[in-house]
Amino acid sequence: MNNTNKPIRSAQETQAIVERGLQRRYWAERRFRTYGLAAVVAGMSFLVYLFFVIFSNGMGAFRQTQVRLDVFYDPAVIDPSGNRNRDDLLAADYQALVRAALKAKFPEVEGRAATRELSRLASGSASFDLQKRVVADPGLIGKSEPVWLLASDAVDLLKKGHIDRALPAEQRPLSDQQLQWTDKLSAEGALALKFNTTFLTHGDSREPEKAGIWGAVVGSFFTLILTLLLSFPIGVASAIYLEEFARKNRWTDVIEVNINNLAAVPSIVFGLLGLAVFIAFFGLPRSAPLVGAMVLTLLTLPTIIIASRAALKAVPPSIREAALGMGASKIQMVMHHVLPLAMPGMLTGTIIGMARALGESAPLLMIGMVAFIVDIPKGVTDSATVLPVQVYLWSDSPERGFTEKTSGAIIVLLAFLVVMNTTAVILRKRFERRW
Amino acid sequence: MESAVELTGVNVKPSARVSNDEVVLDAPIEAGKTVGNITVADPIFSCRDVDVYYGAKHAIKKVGIDVAKSQVLAMIGPSGCGKSTFLRCLNRMNDTIEGARVEGSILLDGKDIHDKKQDVVQLRARVGMVFQKPNPFPKSIYENVAYGPRIHGLAGDRVELDEIVHNSLQRAGLWEEVKDRLAHPGTSLSGGQQQRLCIARTIAVNPEVILMDEPCSALDPIATARIEDLMEELRQSYAIVIVTHSMQQAARVSQRTAYFHLGDLIEVGETDRIFTNPRHKLTEDYITGRFG
Repeated sequence: MNNTNKPIRSAQETQAIVERGLQRRYWAERRFRTYGLAAVVAGMSFLVYLFFVIFSNGMGAFRQTQVRLDVFYDPAVIDPSGNRNRDDLLAADYQALVRAALKAKFPEVEGRAATRELSRLASGSASFDLQKRVVADPGLIGKSEPVWLLASDAVDLLKKGHIDRALPAEQRPLSDQQLQWTDKLSAEGALALKFNTTFLTHGDSREPEKAGIWGAVVGSFFTLILTLLLSFPIGVASAIYLEEFARKNRWTDVIEVNINNLAAVPSIVFGLLGLAVFIAFFGLPRSAPLVGAMVLTLLTLPTIIIASRAALKAVPPSIREAALGMGASKIQMVMHHVLPLAMPGMLTGTIIGMARALGESAPLLMIGMVAFIVDIPKGVTDSATVLPVQVYLWSDSPERGFTEKTSGAIIVLLAFLVVMNTTAVILRKRFERRW
Repeated sequence: MESAVELTGVNVKPSARVSNDEVVLDAPIEAGKTVGNITVADPIFSCRDVDVYYGAKHAIKKVGIDVAKSQVLAMIGPSGCGKSTFLRCLNRMNDTIEGARVEGSILLDGKDIHDKKQDVVQLRARVGMVFQKPNPFPKSIYENVAYGPRIHGLAGDRVELDEIVHNSLQRAGLWEEVKDRLAHPGTSLSGGQQQRLCIARTIAVNPEVILMDEPCSALDPIATARIEDLMEELRQSYAIVIVTHSMQQAARVSQRTAYFHLGDLIEVGETDRIFTNPRHKLTEDYITGRFG
């Protein structure tokens, strides 16, 4: 330290030290990259496995076994009075037509028990299909036509290979007799796997072959649209107020901390809150998308507010100054300049919030959206259920046929998510601008 | 900042010495004691005893100065001396800064701009501002210029608005360069063009005063020269107050110059006089490049 004007060591020495360290630095970088790659590969392989399982299980839900029967629309059964009264047409015993058609196929079957066994090849809902046809076109009465009708879930399982023929008869859902009939139908080409429109157009049912996802899709749609309509404006307005207009003092600090904490509150707590406040106190209907949306709004608001505030903070101050310097009022500055620039960030927060809301089931169980609902909801106050709850309901059902429905419902849920997020991303792209 | 006084007090003795046949004051700074004549005849702005605080920090101390019509007033001084802060007082842009407090009287055409009856939106329409970094809105060139007239309702119809946009771009010397691409984003222009767009945007609302906060510090010499020429033309119609770090620029464009030092307005005078014959030691040190 006696001669401070000279460097402590020569240039060569310095370089040697740097070179020794280089190896270590590169190693650290390579190690980190390897960890990252390994994590990505592991994650991707799990994801691929998951998708494989879901799709291989779930694709069956989109195909359903149908049986072709020559149905005779017997006027004596449908409309004995002959006046084509709509109520009479609706009330007729179409099950009898199905039975008769099956019997015509297998004339050798006799006796009550055997006839009942035979009629179990067709789904209980086959009669509703016939009813619909007749009501839509009463001219059919008295005529005969080949119709593809839903087969029962047991026949469907057999056709899809889920029933082991080697098992003793009492352990199978189909008797030996039924197996023979089914095989005969198959051989005739009167039994076929067809695209399952029922699954995509009907509501829930106790019978797997009749159960559809549409009720849950509509329920989810109503719930999410309402959630979006409630949470986006409220969230964005709160963020704008807190970020641009509210004074920064202890109260706004308290509010900010609370909003951040709300984002971490377990979702079922929001469900309890909704039950206590919206249903018990305000007397809103149970199981309704309206209440579901209000609960999910509470759930998504913190996410949207936090993301929106971050987006507002990220707008360069020069734009604000430019607007204010031009004589824009504060609200004009926000609406004309800051908000459009912050919109992509706000939409990102909203996408995250809505994706979470779509997948949420726990809080909706609390407000009764877990009920067994056959009808497709027509409005936001009708009883409804949502996709994740439908998945939960079906996964809990004992019938073997619901297994593939569960996976099918998951596929529909994922498709819903993809459509929703794609729309949001496209929307966000349109808002994105340079500055 | 009390330390300001002490700092300069260390090496400056209360004495006077002779330079260029004039007395150069070499006194410790005293707030509100400005060398030179701060008043002008028929001022547009008349500021007296202006104090600005940022929280506990005393950024501007008892500054008093007049701004003349049809003149460029240059404000120079080392970084952090408060010249930008003072500029931002004139259209109350300091209102937007949390914890900023402005005291004293600032009269625009004889009326206090802090008066309760004075609307800040109207004030900023009368006192336009051009910033250090060109900050066009992320909209089209046309929309940038049309924005001010639109929010203030200056144009009755589309034709009139087109006319205002054309006229403003023309006077900002940008029309020839952008007339074929008015729909392009303002941010697609070069830095110098963007700054002229900002000037066009400002004069589109026809203000009485234009404040410029180091408008050329982000520009190359050619773009700077264009802006300086523009200022000379604009001076015919508007009073201009410019903050600049470049003493050459101050000397080129301004008629009056004010020298700020650590929150004090040290000296004001005709630009020629300030640069050839400064009366305060600090001014002399600064313009001769001894510090700053």
